[in-house]
Amino acid sequence: MSAAAEILVPGSGGKGAALVLTAPISFWGGVDPKNGRIADVRHPQHGESIAGRVLFLPGTIGSSSASAVLLELVHNGHAPAALVLHEPDAILLLGLIVAREMGWQTPLALRLGCDQFERFRGKRLNVGLEGSIDIDTQNTTSSPTL
Amino acid sequence: MSLALSAQEKAVASGHDGAAMAMRIVAESARLLGAPRLIPIASAHIDGALYHGDSGTLFAERLVDGGAEVAVRSTLNVGALDLMGCSRVRLEEPARGMARRMMEAYRKLGCEQSWTCAPYQAGHRPAQGSDVAWGESNAVVFCNSVLGARTNRYGDFLDIACAISGRAPDYGLHRAENRRARLVFDVSCLSASFLGSEIAWPVLGSLYGREVGNAVGVVTGISSHPGEDALKAFGAAAASSGAVGLFHIAGVTPEAPDAETVLAGGRPETVIRVTPEMVAKARAGLSTAATQNAIDAVAIGSPHLSSAEFEALEQLISGRRLRVPIYACTGRHVLTTLEQSGRRKTLEASGVVIVADTCVVVTPILPELGNGVLMTNSGKFAQYAPGNTGYAVLYGSLADCVESAVIGKPRFTDIAA
Repeated sequence: MSAAAEILVPGSGGKGAALVLTAPISFWGGVDPKNGRIADVRHPQHGESIAGRVLFLPGTIGSSSASAVLLELVHNGHAPAALVLHEPDAILLLGLIVAREMGWQTPLALRLGCDQFERFRGKRLNVGLEGSIDIDTQNTTSSPTL
Repeated sequence: MSLALSAQEKAVASGHDGAAMAMRIVAESARLLGAPRLIPIASAHIDGALYHGDSGTLFAERLVDGGAEVAVRSTLNVGALDLMGCSRVRLEEPARGMARRMMEAYRKLGCEQSWTCAPYQAGHRPAQGSDVAWGESNAVVFCNSVLGARTNRYGDFLDIACAISGRAPDYGLHRAENRRARLVFDVSCLSASFLGSEIAWPVLGSLYGREVGNAVGVVTGISSHPGEDALKAFGAAAASSGAVGLFHIAGVTPEAPDAETVLAGGRPETVIRVTPEMVAKARAGLSTAATQNAIDAVAIGSPHLSSAEFEALEQLISGRRLRVPIYACTGRHVLTTLEQSGRRKTLEASGVVIVADTCVVVTPILPELGNGVLMTNSGKFAQYAPGNTGYAVLYGSLADCVESAVIGKPRFTDIAA
């Protein structure tokens, strides 16, 4: 099972367990820039970490500092392995654009309709440079259930 | 629609210096926004110099090392430190040093050391109809609505990249068709005594932001200009409870001589008739404290206090000694006036703590208390203090804030909507 998604911001491909958010999130105030934990107590995935995960975002709540949080996560090594967005969010993705300008290794950002998110839940994924999202069948059984 | 850059913009973007980096950041953002082109800007207000982590400092220093300089007038929003030394910021090393390096890097890029969230009261007032790139939500909404200049909400990195390149994506509120109102927010049912009171504007702003989200609306039912500080309070509250970037007030703001002129197609899609009950609920919603028995501090000045607001503060205190400190946040443009007039000494002798260049919700200044209660007259402080400081909030008028600080416990005057 796989999907081919549009590349919003190029970056390195990656592997990681899927984290499918069930509600929109504000990175500023909603994600701890020090470690990637979801800090918003009202968010359904509060307490989960986005670090190293393939993060599926059904929506984002626009804070003008979202880009700063994402840049900080890239810099301190707690960024997601890849971001999959239902809709491009220019403010959030600016964090990746700036990280690329800084010469830091940045995750890929992809666009995919949120109706396709559900089948990746709980799976380990390989995200390819060219925008492919594949379920890693060898490692999926040992992945955390989410 | 794909982005087309001019030959000159392409030439700049293909370089290897700081200017090239800035142009590429603006162009990439324009591409993600779906903007067809870049447009020249007349000025910028930079929100990016507030320390959130080391990466932001390294970014600004990379621009400095690349020889970048702002191409247009650029004022700075608050930083994480009080460089004037009025208040004590409890930011520890190494964060403190990185915050200072960040503020220094933005100075080297050619930005003005304004360090205020009210640049429009510190002499930075772009002309009506001009395109600018401003950050900080209250400054953005004031710039669009009260000055009639055109800006989107420019956040970290993009604000300084626009200032260096002198360009912004042609998108959103830069385009005349997106500045027309789609809904009416009618306050004509509210009493004249409430509309004339000081709390009317922050409370209505908070309600407005929650009701309209990011839509453009026009307020009707206001008979005379309420003054700039009232519009400042309205916009700040609206931009913090919703994503408001532009509002109109019929007969008051420059693009709305009347409601019909500013409404897209001359007619509203929705009319919100504001009732006294809605106002009472919005006012109550600004407070989060479980009880009204005690307060630990009062904070005012979000947005930064004007000279006129300091005058009102001094009159209300009238030489009395405060039992609970009032943290009064402002910019150095006002501090200079306060010092010249001797007012700073008088206020500090009463127990007012003046906070300059920064404010109490963006950096640790308030004492660390497990369950502190903060009283404020600012809709924006009421919105952000619980999350950013850990203090619960009680909302009241400036007069009530001062009386409460004098007697050492909360006091409220009823003002019916």
